[in-house]
Amino acid sequence: IGAGGIALLAGTPAMASAVEEAIAAFTGGAEIGESGIEINAPEIAENGNVVPIEVSAPGAEEIMVMATGNPSPPVCRVSFGPAAGSSRLSTRIRLAKTQDVLAVARMSDGSFVQTTRAVKVTIGGCGG
Amino acid sequence: GAWAQIAARQQLTQDQLLDFDTFGNVTLIHVTDIHGQLKPVWFREPEINLGVGEVKGLPPHVTGQDFLKLYNIEPGTPEAYALTYNDFDALARTYGKMGGLDRVATVVKSIRAARPDALLLDGGDTWHGSYTVLKTGAQDMVDAMNQLGVEAMTSHWEFTLGIDRVTEIVDSLPFPFLGANIFDAEWDEPAYEPYKMFERGGVQVAVIGQAFPYMPIANPGWMFPDLSFGIREDRIAEMVAEVRAKGAGLVVLLSHNGFDVDRKLAGRVPGIDVILTGHTHDALPEPVMVGQTLVIASGSNGKFVTRLDLDVREGQLMGFRHKLIPIFADVIEPDAEMAAVIDGHRAPYEAEMSEVIGQTGSVLYRRGNFNGTWDDLICNALIEEREADIALSPGFRWGPSLIADTPITREDIFAATSMSYPEAYRSEMTGEQLKIILEDVADNLFNPDPYYQQGGDMVRVGGMGYRIDVSRPQGERLSNMTLLKTGEAIDPGKTYVVAGWASVNEGTEGPPIWDVVENWVRRQGTVTIDPNNSVEVTGA
Amino acid sequence: MADVKPRVKIPSSAKAGEAFTVKTLISHSMESGLRKDGDGNPIPRQIINRFTCEFNGTSVVDMALEPAISANPYIEFDAQIDAAGEFTFTWYDDDGSVYTTSNGIELA
Ligand SMILES: [Mn+2]
Ligand SMILES: [Mn+2]
Repeated sequence: IGAGGIALLAGTPAMASAVEEAIAAFTGGAEIGESGIEINAPEIAENGNVVPIEVSAPGAEEIMVMATGNPSPPVCRVSFGPAAGSSRLSTRIRLAKTQDVLAVARMSDGSFVQTTRAVKVTIGGCGG
Repeated sequence: GAWAQIAARQQLTQDQLLDFDTFGNVTLIHVTDIHGQLKPVWFREPEINLGVGEVKGLPPHVTGQDFLKLYNIEPGTPEAYALTYNDFDALARTYGKMGGLDRVATVVKSIRAARPDALLLDGGDTWHGSYTVLKTGAQDMVDAMNQLGVEAMTSHWEFTLGIDRVTEIVDSLPFPFLGANIFDAEWDEPAYEPYKMFERGGVQVAVIGQAFPYMPIANPGWMFPDLSFGIREDRIAEMVAEVRAKGAGLVVLLSHNGFDVDRKLAGRVPGIDVILTGHTHDALPEPVMVGQTLVIASGSNGKFVTRLDLDVREGQLMGFRHKLIPIFADVIEPDAEMAAVIDGHRAPYEAEMSEVIGQTGSVLYRRGNFNGTWDDLICNALIEEREADIALSPGFRWGPSLIADTPITREDIFAATSMSYPEAYRSEMTGEQLKIILEDVADNLFNPDPYYQQGGDMVRVGGMGYRIDVSRPQGERLSNMTLLKTGEAIDPGKTYVVAGWASVNEGTEGPPIWDVVENWVRRQGTVTIDPNNSVEVTGA
Repeated sequence: MADVKPRVKIPSSAKAGEAFTVKTLISHSMESGLRKDGDGNPIPRQIINRFTCEFNGTSVVDMALEPAISANPYIEFDAQIDAAGEFTFTWYDDDGSVYTTSNGIELA
């Protein structure tokens, strides 16, 4: 147990509308499906400042990632060109607290799919 | 009295404990979570071990009388003493200490006499937890486990030796240090061997290693800064597929995930025949079946050895025979070669370890979700020695017990406190911060999804009481936080002086916890721990 | 920004049409613009805001980064090629700096 981790839990709750607005801007208000996209991330972050995530959506042309619980939710947006070997991206992100990471993909047929993944950000400190 | 003791021990013989009808063609021997205990110990099993969500009321979340009933064990028998907390003090006097690696060696040799190619696997939490581990950089355990003939291991507390020492030991080991879920944090590439294939009884046996997933969260990440862990379920599935493709007829996961995580994993990753689980220190007399997967829990502190005989034919597990062998130290003959290794490491420290610091008037134990008398003692010492309002002691599951009216030696204090980040800090926290910390730890124990748990017990609190509803979500479990010395409610905005130890933060300052405890015990002379009623549990 | 070192891991050769993994790292503080210095003054934002990877002039990935990307951005993706050639990796800094590195690859 240490007091040092407490700062991780501070921060203002993100405006749900900021997330919704960003999704709407990305999709142009189109309907969003839920299959064919995956986020891989640790269940519990080892360090909220460096959380590895992997998004993949086979056939996607572009993927947008958001941290729904961050003061500023946008994380990144990636488009896959003709020389991409898959529609997959791994990166490391900052999470201010326990929250859902969200990814939306634009598929080659112009449709959209999205998914979320819960990541816990904890103070930690005890073990068996 | 003495007569009862002799009579009781005469009921037990080494032959009886080792009796086993050799079965099938493959034998696995599993030890785990020895925590540096080379010599026999007393170890009281938990009275409170709550399961939440889907595992509520399932083993290992069954204790005491319910446990005895579930497994058909008569109260007062050696099995009851070994596996439950009931009548611990009285039964400990009857049946004596348990464990000791010299006794374990005798058991391993006997199994290998019946099955020469029996495969011996160590689940980790081995290089940690005693005076001699601290003084020798765990060389005592390394030498003892090499003498025992371990053939693969995985890890948790090992990494708290610091990465340089871990690397030095791993480079010296005659067997693989497995960790399929350990990656380098920079390039995300495997940092340790994920598995090893053994040919045993005409079968390719694959042993996949899974280290403790929450290493940098539960322990100081700065001691191994370039490593990343995690459950990495996909990686395990990938390794299972890989070893099957290489011809594995039997797939064993040597795991330090903790029981509930392994139970969930067994249900989600197909193709694992046996999970040898560790970390949560559960001792179960029978495997738990999850679909076709056997989940085996072999206890802690050297108290038990699991023997698992398997019949594997044409790449399929056809049947098994299992025994959780209790290591009754007064019944099993010590192995002379192992005893020599142990004594060799202990000899230079024998005088300082055996010094009597005080007496205990109560049973001192640690296991239990909310408190144990050893941690009550540590909290009392912290409050008085560090002049604090409130004390916090981590919810560790290691650390043997002492029975009432016996001496407390320096070695006993180290067995409950020995570690590489022992500083007893003293800091100020607001009531709100205390609530946040306790809610955070409670979620690591009572999150209904095992993948979000860390496998420790609740942080022990001295000087403060609280009510906890384990069925609520994070942030809503704790209420009625009360400062015991005044009976007043904890004020979220008020600042309290808090003493604790084992902070995961780098640069924590304070005297080592063993000095704090030793000074306090010495002043007390005889330590008596009153029943702890400061935590009120609901929702269980 | 001083001390910005890009690093890339790719195989030395690849089979035509078969995907392989590309890993990149760049040392950069990714100052989010949300932090304050010791005197309470806001520290201005300075991040890598865009990353691109091209193979022989054709896009592999083009990524827009926000302050929520960790310091020392790590970016991993898959590429596939039909001929030997050169990967060009480019990172764009808020301060206008552009960091670039190239790696050749053979056909296996
Ligand atoms: Mn352990
Ligand atoms: Mn452990």
